[in-house]
Amino acid sequence: MDFTFSDEQRMGAEVVRQVLAEHCNSAVLLKQLQAGLDRDEGAWQELRRVGMMGVMMPESVGGLGLGEVDFVLVAEACGYAALPGPFVEHTGVAGPLLSAVGVHGGLTEKAAAGEIAIAIGHPINPSVSDADTAEALLLEHQGEVHLVLTRDVKLTRQASIDPFRRLFRAEWTPSEETRVANRLQGQRLWEDALDRGALFTAAQCLGVAQRTVDLSVEYAKTRKQFGKPIGSYQAIKHLLASVQVKIEFARPVLYAAAAGLSHRDCCSRAAVSHAKWVSAEAAELGTQAALQVHGAMGYSWEVDVHLFLKRALALDGAWGTQAFHRERVTHRVLTQSLGPDHTFTRELEHA
Amino acid sequence: MDLTYTAEQIAFRAEIRGWLAAHVPEHSLPSFDATREGFEAHRQWERTLAGGGWGMVTWPREYGGRGVDLIQWLIFEEEYYRAEAPGRVNQNGLFLLGPTLMEFGTEQQKARFLPPMAAGDEVWAQAWSEPQAGSDLAAVRASAQRDGNEYVLNGHKIWSSRATFADWAFGLFRSDPDSVGHKGLSLVLFPLNAPGVTVRPIARLDGKLGFAEIFLNEVRVPLTQRIGAEGQGWHLCMATAGFERGLLLRSPARYQMAAAKLVRLYQKNAGKTDRTLQAAVTRAWMDAQSYALSIYSTACRLIQGGKIGAEASINKIFWSELDVALHRTALSILGARAELLPPTSDDEDLGTWLDDYLFALAGPIYAGTNEIQRNIIAERMLGLPR
Repeated sequence: MDFTFSDEQRMGAEVVRQVLAEHCNSAVLLKQLQAGLDRDEGAWQELRRVGMMGVMMPESVGGLGLGEVDFVLVAEACGYAALPGPFVEHTGVAGPLLSAVGVHGGLTEKAAAGEIAIAIGHPINPSVSDADTAEALLLEHQGEVHLVLTRDVKLTRQASIDPFRRLFRAEWTPSEETRVANRLQGQRLWEDALDRGALFTAAQCLGVAQRTVDLSVEYAKTRKQFGKPIGSYQAIKHLLASVQVKIEFARPVLYAAAAGLSHRDCCSRAAVSHAKWVSAEAAELGTQAALQVHGAMGYSWEVDVHLFLKRALALDGAWGTQAFHRERVTHRVLTQSLGPDHTFTRELEHA
Repeated sequence: MDLTYTAEQIAFRAEIRGWLAAHVPEHSLPSFDATREGFEAHRQWERTLAGGGWGMVTWPREYGGRGVDLIQWLIFEEEYYRAEAPGRVNQNGLFLLGPTLMEFGTEQQKARFLPPMAAGDEVWAQAWSEPQAGSDLAAVRASAQRDGNEYVLNGHKIWSSRATFADWAFGLFRSDPDSVGHKGLSLVLFPLNAPGVTVRPIARLDGKLGFAEIFLNEVRVPLTQRIGAEGQGWHLCMATAGFERGLLLRSPARYQMAAAKLVRLYQKNAGKTDRTLQAAVTRAWMDAQSYALSIYSTACRLIQGGKIGAEASINKIFWSELDVALHRTALSILGARAELLPPTSDDEDLGTWLDDYLFALAGPIYAGTNEIQRNIIAERMLGLPR
């Protein structure tokens, strides 16, 4: 029993944090917003430079062959920075799926190296994120997996409240040539993709949640009313403390879900759903608290609160709504072993 | 990261499971807070536990423990709750004073107090709060005045859990009469049957005599019954409170067991309840699971040399709030039957839900109110100004 991250895992996340602090900070995002750009290559290129693109792809295609536990802290850091763009889905979801279907012709290697991005159109999501800048899309048709070059897909932009989300409706024609996995293989591949997508979305939600607390604490220390910093008042303290409680008890759930994801059973899926559910709740609670602490400033574009509020709103419904995930947790609760000796339990074997 | 148990941990679980199966009383014992008889029955159970070497497994062998780590402690607790073994009448001693003595006591104090504590021969009460010192604990006025080799204790303590029937208490006293606030306080142990001690039971919300007020009038105890240095009492109490709010007082197993029972209650009554209750049941299980995962994570961190600080306050808020919500959900499932007192009804569904709900309501108050905990989190974890 060792519920801690290795030094390498912590260092990997720290490298990403440093990259994002420089290339995806408030000033960078603001500049992008003012310039009307919803895409910036800076952070992508830097993350590529530090070798992050193929971490969850096998070494045979130039990746690092790492797992969910290795990437979960990185995804959390991306949420903390409100990183726009395809990085998390490309690296955490599309990469492993592309590797699993085994596509020849150099596309997988290019994706692992970050020379190209791969977008993923999972049936649980109504739109495809960052489809237009991807080289190819992984798409679902009757349970099968299809790999379609972006130039062969008709994309229609769907505007999101999150100014940095680039969503598209994809129209395309499935064919023998585009099919890379049949329905039987596809079922497991799409299930895995869903678990990874939900897990890393949960991680981003937790990052968002922590950022809302940190932003609020900084503001509450300096903003004075009635002659004192507003952070000295209990009404503010208790609001933010409650968010921190929510975050602290979502974190181990997220990490345990990452560690158990490969079990692919009812319990591991419930763990992912549990993580998605409570992390999204933490993000919502955090953004609402941040809005309240910042007052009218938070309701404007003057401070960053709105970016995180919008990201939280978007991530809440991405990769499975709250209702979807609640159903998966409830299924585990009603059908599997419960009790104090079942914290790390696996699915019951069926005779 | 490896979330599987080692062979040693699995064997440990099997050992405690086997022992409990052979020793846990078939019928639950009468409450230790209601009558002397119930209290003594629990003391006897503590002796049985100690006889098997299960009194406090994390303690060193010389003090009656097994010297196991925190993961094995969690496994012990899981099996203990799973077996529905009796409540720990000496939890104030075992979970609060014990660790404090271990960290701050002299060798003589440890040798004198720990073995009878582990054996159930001396049951402890906590004597910190006073009528004017609740959340503002540093306002205590009860005094410990030096007289030669003795302290003379005077004052009025209140809300002292277990004091009605316990043998000893650990109290917070002002040892420097000129001091104010958290300076000049000392932690002093005193027997509850000492001349000058009067214990007056107070009926709790549920009617049981779960706590008491203690009047101290010229009570003489040797200086050797002070833990730590004179004037260090506040520091020691905060360490004790850390144990209390943090890892030891409320094992995740307690809530996981309650959640499992809640699910059974829900399934049995599924046809009669509305769907919103299903969400509340799932939530109760989820929160108990979150708490368990968090404690495992903390335990692993502590084993690797980490420290627990303000996180203890985070834990206390979480378990106390989940406990209230979980039991409230059970009452909702029971519906109009929820108010019935079990002895007067043979409805098996009633169980101890009402009793446990009333007890849960105390959770956000004792061991430092949740408002105080939120202040601690805001100031010490988040760095907001005082």
